[in-house]
Amino acid sequence: MTETLLSLRGVKTDIGRYHILHGVDFDVPEGRLTMLLGRNGAGKTTTLRTIMGLWRAVAGEIVFAGENITRMSTPDIARLGIAYVPETMAIFADLTVQENIVLAARSGPPDSARLDWIFGRFEALKRFWTLPAGNLSGGQKQMLAVARAIIEPRRLLLIDEPTKGLAPAIIANMIDAFRELKDGAVSLLVVEQNFAFARALGDDVAVMDDGRVAHVGTMAAFAADTGLQQHLLGLGMGEHQ
Amino acid sequence: MLRALLSDDLPRSRLLALALLVVVVGLAVAPFAFPGAKSLNVAAKICVFIVLAASFDLLLGYTGIVSFAHTMFFGIGAYGVAIALTRMGPEWLAVGVGVVAGLVVAIALAALIGLFSLRVRTIFFAMITLAVASAFAILASQLPALTGGEDGLNYRLPAALRASYSLADGTLFGVRLNGRLVDYYLVYACSLLLVLALLRVVNSPFGSVLMAIRENPFRAEAIGYRTVVYRTIASCIAAAVAALAGALLALWSSQTNPDTTLSFDIMVDILLMVVIGGMGTIYGAVLGAVLLVFAQNYLQDLLAIANKAMAGTPLLANLFHPDRWLLWLGVAFILCVYFFPTGIVGSLRNRAARKLTS
Amino acid sequence: MKRDWIPLVLVPAVAVAALPLVGSPSSWVTLTLAGLAMGLMIFVMASGLTLTFGLMDVLNFGHGAFIAVGAYVAASVMLAMTPWMTADSLWTNLVAVGPAVLAAIVVSGALGLGFERVIVRPVYGQHLRQILVTTGGLIVAEQLLKVIWGPEQITLSRPTALRGAFLWGDVAIEKYRLLAVVVGLAVFAVLAITLNRTRIGLLIRAGVENGEMVEALGYRIRRLFVGVFVAGSALAGLGGAMWGLYQETITAAIGAQVAVLVFIVIIIGGLGSVGGCFIGALLVGLTANYVGFIAPKVALGSNILLMALVLLWRPQGLFPVARR
Repeated sequence: MTETLLSLRGVKTDIGRYHILHGVDFDVPEGRLTMLLGRNGAGKTTTLRTIMGLWRAVAGEIVFAGENITRMSTPDIARLGIAYVPETMAIFADLTVQENIVLAARSGPPDSARLDWIFGRFEALKRFWTLPAGNLSGGQKQMLAVARAIIEPRRLLLIDEPTKGLAPAIIANMIDAFRELKDGAVSLLVVEQNFAFARALGDDVAVMDDGRVAHVGTMAAFAADTGLQQHLLGLGMGEHQ
Repeated sequence: MLRALLSDDLPRSRLLALALLVVVVGLAVAPFAFPGAKSLNVAAKICVFIVLAASFDLLLGYTGIVSFAHTMFFGIGAYGVAIALTRMGPEWLAVGVGVVAGLVVAIALAALIGLFSLRVRTIFFAMITLAVASAFAILASQLPALTGGEDGLNYRLPAALRASYSLADGTLFGVRLNGRLVDYYLVYACSLLLVLALLRVVNSPFGSVLMAIRENPFRAEAIGYRTVVYRTIASCIAAAVAALAGALLALWSSQTNPDTTLSFDIMVDILLMVVIGGMGTIYGAVLGAVLLVFAQNYLQDLLAIANKAMAGTPLLANLFHPDRWLLWLGVAFILCVYFFPTGIVGSLRNRAARKLTS
Repeated sequence: MKRDWIPLVLVPAVAVAALPLVGSPSSWVTLTLAGLAMGLMIFVMASGLTLTFGLMDVLNFGHGAFIAVGAYVAASVMLAMTPWMTADSLWTNLVAVGPAVLAAIVVSGALGLGFERVIVRPVYGQHLRQILVTTGGLIVAEQLLKVIWGPEQITLSRPTALRGAFLWGDVAIEKYRLLAVVVGLAVFAVLAITLNRTRIGLLIRAGVENGEMVEALGYRIRRLFVGVFVAGSALAGLGGAMWGLYQETITAAIGAQVAVLVFIVIIIGGLGSVGGCFIGALLVGLTANYVGFIAPKVALGSNILLMALVLLWRPQGLFPVARR
């Protein structure tokens, strides 16, 4: 039985006067990749941001590796070993690729073994190393965002829609990269709309609907149940978004 | 009938209603209750500043725009009348031309500034208006041919407004019935009308949209209101009323100069008036104006007493020097922004509301 | 800093364009030096403000207070050390000027610390209240200056060795202005190196773009905010001291007067960009001096016109910093 790395219980988040999360419950097991699925507006991004402390939960509890992080500040949460790759990628456009990575490597110069792996998987980053990150294409920016998240060892990666707007070839590259990441004792919680990606990589799945988690289970079981997919996502996972 | 007059915007607090009543009545009988040229001057100044502060409240309190250029429109209105009276002689036609000219320039300028910069963020806009207002003030003092430069313009008012004009023989309650009285009541009546008109504007559907934009511009835009257009219109209305206030000032005092109409001190004054009085209430501007003008004149006396008492320690004495009244009002201003964001009016209304529920 | 070149050539372009308008080359040199000196002093005062805004989304309308305090503190020290100020040797003069400037920097920085904690911190994120409160802070600060130093203006003469000018044929190069240029460029160099070659600079540049993401990378950026705010106010104090020596008369309103120019400069430069601020400051300084010579009545208006022209071309300023 795998350990639970991250668990959310009854998490409610408001943005201004709007109630977005109405009591989110689910667990992220250690060492596995959990896909967070759901329709647009279901609250997936809000959930990730709440975990990261960027938005404050007004109720409920978030526990990471035994510590209650519900009220912690974002930098402290990051220091516990959680990395966040937002939907917007949040690349520092005016900084070079190198500076982006150096900044992400908080404890010292970037580890060369990890850098080699990154250059191997995302060779564009090597090419553009000393150029402003704003010059990168969308797919390359996504690579940089992921690279930033893994340049130092982390226990949990929160990734929001890594394949959004990317070409199929790049998505294929991403799938391979994530597979390798998974093998290395990292836990991942990934929000995705691309079902091929989700099905290829997800070990477990949590499906959100209207600010709540409507279904949890293994990806295998979910992928087999087209009726459930239709009901919760509006589409079968065989079809692309 | 009162509800209709106040456009359904009642004071909602006995104390507030009382205070407002005192102000309205007090100003109405000022020539007779507080005879003398000086107090009449203070009363007229209060009337003018009530209008100016109320127009600023439309911008700051209701639309959520901070504009440091508001006194510019005040000055435009004043100089419009001043220049007309200087050039065309002391005739009512000149007054009319001056008022209209001032209004046109003010509204045009407000529209220009609005459309140009209301697309940008609050802070950006505030800085730009600060820069424009500074430039305008300097410009006014640099064009002596038109504006009389640093010394401003001195001119004669239309006959009916002059001290020499006699309305009727004899005196009423010891006050001579001359042109100054006419002038005062002209200022008073116009001020009252303008305040009531502003109440009408802010309580109209237009006013509601403004407040929606103030609370959440993105939402308002999403619903379909072109926020830039609404803000610009609000700016124009505020500028127009400020210009009219300026015209009233020019009609009251037969001289207009950069210090009394364009200086940054005036901007600071109306900012204090609106915030301490209570943003977004119009009544706040009324009370704030009265408070500030009184403070300017009478707080100084209070400070002078404290100053004498502390003559031993120069530094402390300086803190209470009469000229430092602005220091204390500035502190009050900061405290209001933090602890009493709704100002005097808001606090009075909250008290009244709590009394109702308890 | 962005790599587009047009803004970079604006400064030399304006200088060159002014030459035929000014007429005599010797006047042109004098004016150009005056413009650069003025521009660099404004840059020193403005750089902290633009970084503070870029990093914290805070615009301190009370920034002029730091400028004024710097001028007053420096003046007090220098007036207390009049014998050194009036001596003939440059080094003796600097014995008075050095501590004066240092005192200005320290006091303004300390005031900045207090200002951030008491006035600014409670209103983070609320722009309207920020504008109101910091304006209130400016009013109170100006009044307190009058309480401590009295309401009359203070006359401050430049130290003897820095008076007058080097004569080079027809051309007069004012010594003080030269010093101001040197100091201004030194400040720019230090800022540039800090921003581009240090980790803190990296954090600041990243934070200006997206503070949230910097936090998500594990950096406690709040402490950095305070540091930048204090540095900005200290720089403003330095600029104020320099400006006071430049003007030679100091009143409590000195801060507010220069603050308008500072705001124009950071708008032109683009909020958050030190490079833009640098170019904007030079443009403003040069324009003010050239126009002041060619058509004196239009001087301040010329800066507004410059601001309007730049905004029409680039609505976010010369070097808009990428916003979230």
